[in-house]
Amino acid sequence: MGKTLLQKVWDLHTVRRLPTGQTQLFIGLHLVHEVTSPQAFDALRTRGWTVARPDRTFATVDHIVPTRDRQRPFLDVLAEDMISALERNCRDFGVRLASLGDDRQGIVHVIGPELGLTQPGMTIACGDSHTSTHGAFGSIAFGIGTSQVRDVLASQCLALEPLKVRRIRVTGQLPKGVYAKDVVLTIIQRLGVSGGNGYAYEYAGDTIERMTMDERMTICNMSIEGGARVGYVNPDATTFEYIKGRPFAPAGEAFDKAVAWWTSLASDPDASFDDDVEIRADELIPVVTWGVNPGQSIGVDGRVPDPEKSPDRQAVTDALDYMGLTPGQPIEGMKVDVAFIGSCTNGRLSDLREAARIIRGRHVAPGVKALVVPGSDSVSRAAEREGLADTFRAAGFEWRGAGCSMCLGMNPDKLEGNQVCAASSNRNFKGRQGSPTGRTLLMSPAMVAAAAVAGAVTDVREMVPVDVAQGTPSGNRGAD
Amino acid sequence: MGAITTVTGRALPLRGDDIDTDRIMPARFLRGVSFEGLEQHVFEDDRKKPVHPYNRHPFDVASFQGASVLLVNANFGCGSSREHAPQGLHRWGINAVIGESFAEIFFGNSVMIGLPCVTASREDVQTLMEKVEKNPQAEVHIDLVAGTCEVDGFRCAAILPPKMREAFTTGAWDTTGMLLENFDEVHATAARLPYVDGF
Repeated sequence: MGKTLLQKVWDLHTVRRLPTGQTQLFIGLHLVHEVTSPQAFDALRTRGWTVARPDRTFATVDHIVPTRDRQRPFLDVLAEDMISALERNCRDFGVRLASLGDDRQGIVHVIGPELGLTQPGMTIACGDSHTSTHGAFGSIAFGIGTSQVRDVLASQCLALEPLKVRRIRVTGQLPKGVYAKDVVLTIIQRLGVSGGNGYAYEYAGDTIERMTMDERMTICNMSIEGGARVGYVNPDATTFEYIKGRPFAPAGEAFDKAVAWWTSLASDPDASFDDDVEIRADELIPVVTWGVNPGQSIGVDGRVPDPEKSPDRQAVTDALDYMGLTPGQPIEGMKVDVAFIGSCTNGRLSDLREAARIIRGRHVAPGVKALVVPGSDSVSRAAEREGLADTFRAAGFEWRGAGCSMCLGMNPDKLEGNQVCAASSNRNFKGRQGSPTGRTLLMSPAMVAAAAVAGAVTDVREMVPVDVAQGTPSGNRGAD
Repeated sequence: MGAITTVTGRALPLRGDDIDTDRIMPARFLRGVSFEGLEQHVFEDDRKKPVHPYNRHPFDVASFQGASVLLVNANFGCGSSREHAPQGLHRWGINAVIGESFAEIFFGNSVMIGLPCVTASREDVQTLMEKVEKNPQAEVHIDLVAGTCEVDGFRCAAILPPKMREAFTTGAWDTTGMLLENFDEVHATAARLPYVDGF
């Protein structure tokens, strides 16, 4: 009987079985940011501990950083406090940090892969639920809370229980105008927001195999929205090609040895899975969320549900009420006030390229505030070089500095009142984007671009420019 | 930190599936370098709207003040990994949560701070909520070893996964000390991993 990648990586990183029966798991890479780490560093100080493996730890700033007026000290005093605390902590404990002004700065889940820190076969932990992103490389990556951040800092280990594995096979050709985001929103809609509880999701099938690393990252990123703490794709030639030449990637002979090891970690052909699901890519259409969790979505040509005909009547009523929607209303044509392109889900160069193709030669609708927040400084520079930044600015988008920004509204980038936002991010929870009554519609970056231009939810397939219709593939390198 | 084998106290029912950590603790309250004061902001945005049948949010109902057991439905604590959510609840006074199911990261974060989240069936959670609504002064008694809870003569299963039960009832939920033992084994594991030394 063969093993899954999860089992192989888990076994390789097992230090011992703890008296409680949990596994003590070695963490190969610990990524740190400013919001979930200060209390953990304080705990180390209080107890007189050091960081066990600074060489396996890397920090950056993303959640609270302003995306404009980035001069220090920030106007936002609390942001200044938090960034200063991380800078001090990293200095005191010898942790590498890409802070503001460092050209490696960006959203932690964007820079890990960009820098080649993220590699197949690693266990990766970070105080952020979207750590599942790194699973795109065939690593086992999961989000943790601050007390666990403390544990990893102090011991480079976590006490965990093994996960079951559900294989999700996506097969067939994705139609034009349908993206990785639509695939993962469909998976969450079908399996539910808690369907992945206790599971790691292994994404497989020919559709996934043909995907670029950026696309695989989008899929793995949102595993947690389906309840799965871990999502991964088996490493292959696409993975290795992406990693080659990155700053922290093995080089020369070491790279060849690495590829051999990475290849050996993929799930065996005869591995058994705790569950198997199949999704047909060729049947998919662009997806938009209508509710207050990422599972509440429909195709762009669909109508929002009628609570009276729904099994979860109360939840649907509540969601429609919050969103200001009428039962059975078409989602297409719903007015938007804000368009946000960015986040660890869809803030990479290929996302900006796809959005730029839609807006090129067009303009943001009157009254719509539209912003692009690149996932990293590196993405930003690459987009400037390619002329994408100019395309966005010419179309009436604001072009910002890298960070999490309006995905969670911890900085000044927030919705106001009950504004409706077409967002390329990952969560449409009540109040998620910084206004307690703000409303979020999740969709692909291209769909956000289309909504920005039309001022309302629009089917991007009807706005597809000529080069997309001819099937020019998007680039497969996230950034320089 | 010590073993936790029982939790006893009045309870607070909070209905609804898929209650996410953004609702429990909106992101703007993560703007700070300590967890102090988070109890003041638990469900801050939700509390602006009345909740049927109380005409206010359960956390603001007078008779539920001082409750230490939180009763919830399915997939409680989904979304963000912010420990600020269980920290806020714990600091508000919640010492145990009984629910149909919990999101994994929330559950793990709660374990780390000594806040047991025990599961009960949908019917039993419903009964517990009704009992508590009828008599908010009734004390709920959770026995983590036996895997039961009791209120007002009603008794049902309320369980932790076996390893977690072990962690709480032996005090091993505070993991750092345990992880720091035998550090040679940690280095030995690292040494077996080719990437640690650059292949």
